[in-house]
Amino acid sequence: MKDMDSILIYGGRVIDPASGLDDDMDVLLRDDRVAAVGPPGKLRGQGKRAFKAKGYIVAPGFIDLHVHLREPGQPHKETIATGTAAAAAGGFTSVCAMPNTVPVNDSAEITRWMQSPERGALVNVFPVAAATAGSLGEKLTNFAALKRAGAVAVSDDGKPILEDKLMREALRKAAMLKIPVVQHAEDTRLTGGCSMNLGPTSFRLGLHGMSNAAESTIVERDIALVRATGGHVHVAHLSTREALQAVRDAKKAGLRVTCEVTPHHLTLTDDTVGEFNTNHKMNPPLRAVADREALIEGILDGTIDAIATDHAPHAFHEKEVEFERAAFGITGLETALPIAITVLHQHFELPLWRIVELLSSNPAKIFNLRNRGTLAKGSHADVTIFDPKKKWTFEASRSYSKSRNTPFDGWSFSGRIVATIAGGRVAYEG
Amino acid sequence: MKPQLRSLLGISQLTTGQIEAILALARRMDLKRPPQLLRNRHVALLFYEASTRTRISFEFAAKALGATTTQVTPTSSSIEKGESLIDTGWTVANVGADAIVMRHPNSGAAYLLARYVHVPIVNAGDGMHQHPSQALLDALTITNHKKKLQGLRVVIVGDVYHSRVARSNAELLTRFGVDVVFCGPPDFVPEIAATLAPGVTACHDLNIALQGADVVMALRVQKERLVNKQLSVEEYIAEYQVTPLRMRLAKPDAILMHPGPVIRGMEVTSEVADGPQSCIHEQVRNGVKTRMAILATVLGAA
Repeated sequence: MKDMDSILIYGGRVIDPASGLDDDMDVLLRDDRVAAVGPPGKLRGQGKRAFKAKGYIVAPGFIDLHVHLREPGQPHKETIATGTAAAAAGGFTSVCAMPNTVPVNDSAEITRWMQSPERGALVNVFPVAAATAGSLGEKLTNFAALKRAGAVAVSDDGKPILEDKLMREALRKAAMLKIPVVQHAEDTRLTGGCSMNLGPTSFRLGLHGMSNAAESTIVERDIALVRATGGHVHVAHLSTREALQAVRDAKKAGLRVTCEVTPHHLTLTDDTVGEFNTNHKMNPPLRAVADREALIEGILDGTIDAIATDHAPHAFHEKEVEFERAAFGITGLETALPIAITVLHQHFELPLWRIVELLSSNPAKIFNLRNRGTLAKGSHADVTIFDPKKKWTFEASRSYSKSRNTPFDGWSFSGRIVATIAGGRVAYEG
Repeated sequence: MKPQLRSLLGISQLTTGQIEAILALARRMDLKRPPQLLRNRHVALLFYEASTRTRISFEFAAKALGATTTQVTPTSSSIEKGESLIDTGWTVANVGADAIVMRHPNSGAAYLLARYVHVPIVNAGDGMHQHPSQALLDALTITNHKKKLQGLRVVIVGDVYHSRVARSNAELLTRFGVDVVFCGPPDFVPEIAATLAPGVTACHDLNIALQGADVVMALRVQKERLVNKQLSVEEYIAEYQVTPLRMRLAKPDAILMHPGPVIRGMEVTSEVADGPQSCIHEQVRNGVKTRMAILATVLGAA
């Protein structure tokens, strides 16, 4: 930190699941590290800047395992600078950037380029590199070189790693490097031409629908390969009750299988597509009520490890077209915490510390981000401060993202980010 | 007061009162001496998909009421150059179209257009979704032969999955108490089809479905849709073709309908298509009347 070398956050309630801490505490940050966590008042006078957090939750910085920052190649949708500004506004101090850029991030060069200070990132950017060259599903990339360049996982996100042998090899190689393979679980042989979930709504709207089986059969196949290889598969944006059950069973069997769900799959169902609203079009699609209920259950019983946004910005001209031609995906960084608080905490009574776990400590563990997702002394000075009670209305027009493609425009929420500190630097202050 | 209908996009947006009003107006339309309700009005026919019947039906309807028409087709405009639907719609409206009649291969296209373009939009078929003018003209045809819709059994047989005609008809008819039976092989009539509306059922045996039917509506079956399906063309014909023998399973006074184009020898035999129970020609005539009523309604001239 250049202009300030220390910040004291005082008067707040510290929730740090990794340290088993949920108490009124003050936090001292110094030189981009957590210098101390102490009882109220004990650290008084120690920070150059004092930040009053009375009534707020002080949490380890949120980590989003799944974002699309669109750089290199599609700066009309988002840049690393604008995407990380949206991340900061949403309380995320670290974002894991998917490789479906243009060109695909399948090299150490692009991986380093994305992390270069010239990109102007406001929060930490951890690239997830492509698992196969060009994400074409033919030849594995050089995982070791990608990891050395800073990649924290491999994935062909946007597409699945479909071929059995290739997935087995990917899991085996990634296991040697102790990184996960992130799978976009979709059997694309079954989903060609589909633009939403298969169900009464897709039939009524005359749209081809994606079946739950197109997701769950890939998840089940991957679990079998994890069993065979000892690798770690992380299921991206899990959306079906069948896939969730497969993950639940795999965990019981002691396999290294983790999963994330998006805030929108926890909130919306396929019937909300309404009259072809393309801000309700994403992949995986919004599912049936029974799937959403299962995902909530999966959050409550701990099967689901993390909440990740799948932040997928697209320009107006890519979304406001015929539904079947519209790009898949919605933005999500700025609405993740409000949805978690409003839906999970207020409606389903999930304790706040579980929300912090899903947004911070668990993601850090899944991608092995050392000294992150915790406020333990010596860890990185990544802190998210939020007001769990604040009521507000999200307006897409005021988003920090370059794009406006959100189904939550005009929604009223409880829970708002107050400040985001990444690496000891204030990245956002509401 | 009936709410003013601005665009006709799909059946679900219509109140029963609006449906009845359009049908009543259509019945009054005199094809020999049509009222000049749309003099000096311009109707654009924006057809992104091949169509003969629907296009000329709307064109005749508009001209009969005194309107001028302009056809916009992909090959003759900037559509091929990649102009967006919204931009094309804005252009068509700004050159002076008072209404746009659109046929489009993508479900929902008319809804998109209506959200952005501020002239009335008439959906002349969007993908597999809706074809409301067809459902209205079919309702007109049925009511010409049956005292009331309430309690009728209408069997819609063929490729229901891909059919906007089936969806529109089932949504309209069930609103008036009709029992609609979708019939066809499972690929064409998935179980989920029965969720479309209360009063819709799915049946895979035509001989059962036809028993007691008041109306038999055959849909076009494209041979290419049977590729890689469980049934061969021969098997489809054997199990689902509407034949004179099968028509005898329906009520004696049952009528046979088909939205066209008819593939003779596929979904129906010529004996049935040309037989005494067939209303296919009447449907075409009713199509013009119904579209006159629709255009007059959305242009506020009814």
